[in-house]
Amino acid sequence: MGERVLLRGNEAIAEAAIRAGCQCYFAYPITPQGELLEYMARHMPRLGRAFVQAESEVAAINMVFGAAAVGVRTMTSSSSPGISLKQEGISYLAGSNLPAVIVNVVRGGPGLGNIAPAQCDYFQATKGGGHGDYHMIVLAPSTVAEAGELTMLAFDLADRYRTPVMILADGLLGQMMEPVELPDPIDAEDLPAKPWALTGAKGRAPNLILSFDLDPQRLKAMNLALQERYAEIRRHEVRCEETETSDATIVIAAHGTVARIAKSVIKMARAEGIRLGLFRPITVWPFPYDALRTLASRVKTVLTVEMSAGQMWEDVRLAVAERAATPFYGEMGGVVPTPRGILQEVKRHAG
Amino acid sequence: MPVSVEKGNMVQTFARPGSMTEARSTYCPGCGHGILTRIIAQTIDELGIAERTIAIAPVGCAVFAYRWYRCDSMQVAHGRASAVATGAKRANPNLIVFAYQGDGDFASIGTAESIHAANRGENITVIFVNNQIYGMTGGEMAPTTLVQQKTTTTPEGRDPRLTGYPIRFSEMIAQLEAPVYVTRQALYDTKHVLETTKAIKKAFGNQVEGRGYSLVEVLSTCPTNWRMTPLESNRHVSEVVTKVFPLGDLVDRG
Amino acid sequence: MTRTEEEVPKGTAAIDEDRCKGCGLCIAACPQKVLAFSGRLNKSGYNVAEPVKPESCTGCTFCAMTCPDVAIEVWRERGGA
Repeated sequence: MGERVLLRGNEAIAEAAIRAGCQCYFAYPITPQGELLEYMARHMPRLGRAFVQAESEVAAINMVFGAAAVGVRTMTSSSSPGISLKQEGISYLAGSNLPAVIVNVVRGGPGLGNIAPAQCDYFQATKGGGHGDYHMIVLAPSTVAEAGELTMLAFDLADRYRTPVMILADGLLGQMMEPVELPDPIDAEDLPAKPWALTGAKGRAPNLILSFDLDPQRLKAMNLALQERYAEIRRHEVRCEETETSDATIVIAAHGTVARIAKSVIKMARAEGIRLGLFRPITVWPFPYDALRTLASRVKTVLTVEMSAGQMWEDVRLAVAERAATPFYGEMGGVVPTPRGILQEVKRHAG
Repeated sequence: MPVSVEKGNMVQTFARPGSMTEARSTYCPGCGHGILTRIIAQTIDELGIAERTIAIAPVGCAVFAYRWYRCDSMQVAHGRASAVATGAKRANPNLIVFAYQGDGDFASIGTAESIHAANRGENITVIFVNNQIYGMTGGEMAPTTLVQQKTTTTPEGRDPRLTGYPIRFSEMIAQLEAPVYVTRQALYDTKHVLETTKAIKKAFGNQVEGRGYSLVEVLSTCPTNWRMTPLESNRHVSEVVTKVFPLGDLVDRG
Repeated sequence: MTRTEEEVPKGTAAIDEDRCKGCGLCIAACPQKVLAFSGRLNKSGYNVAEPVKPESCTGCTFCAMTCPDVAIEVWRERGGA
């Protein structure tokens, strides 16, 4: 509350969730988000809120489902392999119109991979992951402070649209420490009412939470309602940031930790006379196609840089099409691109 | 049954419970699910808890369970009802939360969630309907299928060398420290319907009193996939199934 | 001491034929053999049960308790034990 504290990314997310009124937290240990679990274990019981170390990530997402259904703010966190386990649960949350926050501190993959940072779960987060026609709002912070702010926003968006929301972080952001001043805790009185929740059918007709209908026409109607909600989210919740793009001839497109590194590269490039800018999606779903399309008309090159084999790159190409060149530079396996390495690529394409 | 209506000099001694909706049952003729649903609804009435009860429907024949309970309900992922119940109860301990699951939901895909909710001693009520077969999907082997029992995935009869033995899950749960009530009941005649009724009432009563975790396993039938009449099915439970799954209380810390 | 016929309470089991699925459990449950298959098919095609010895019904509710479709209502004479 108005004080700056030194916090790890994982801890900032945890503290922000508490300030956002997260009433129940369920998770299973996995590196590199262990500190988030431990922070919640220390603080949630002290505040009279629920903390359960679940028997698996599958159990944790289903505990989240139960808590969300009865109308409280609830969160789980994990890292890549654990997020894979949660996919059915996420599909159920989406299909049942339930709000929840899911944190993915992404690590190297596929399979067991390693515990170093990566951005290779982008497809899983933004293109599905679970079965069926659904989306999650996906927020990609690039600093510890932003991780906290976006976590608090995630709870608001989840409640507003009755949908699961993901914080897409990575192992570097989760582990790094920065001084942050988090927003004040919300007032529990300000929490939105949830007349649809299973609070006990006293003085009203019973409520029902379900995600299926054997009749195809009725399930179609349920799906159309979901699609309409996603259209509304696309209209109102796109977030992105541009840095030094007004005179740029080449821009980097990057999210999360890589975008942060790119900000250093801008300084280095400009010192050498290259007019470099940065386009940073903050919501990777809904992806800022319109803003990027507009920017692409003014530049020669949009260089996508990611810690993956090229996942966000596909959305960049969709937005940019033929308006500019769309090269790619990626590092995999937990290797973090260096500012010099990125600058080299910039020079190669700045021509 | 509470006496509710009088007609001339006749008094009604049995009626549909208030916590049961008027919806027609879509269960097969003679299926135990129908009897058990009525018993649970009656218990909710008798304990006066309808306004704070949350019913959790599984995947399986009881996927539609919410059609017949007049209380808040939800349908959840296959096997996960005990985890969902945990989340709901931790979020709002004033609610009376019950999970209703078949043998695939509880004892196969849900094994971890079933055991760990019991081990944590969650103050919930879990009802495990064991009919030794997967009804909804057309009659496949369940973890509780009897040796030599024919199912669509054991067409020559269950061979323990390939598929192991019927699992006595309640006995496994009974070994844990936390559970306060673990019992196995049946529905094959009036006497057992009445005993199941007592057990269900105790299991829900435990949650109301905040005593901890209760599990009621109910031996039920599947006339359709057993290829028997309802009466033959009841006789099969009475004479054959109870030899593999003995009835009675395994834990009662009441 | 056994009861006289006047002392045994009279009951009625009313079966909702639309709900009945002809499973036969009520017929087997009745200690007085009041119920039997009627031979009549309801609109779902089930051979519904009916009271064939209604005078023997004591209103014990065994039939109703075992009916999976909750298709039976039971009534008993007031003042009957």
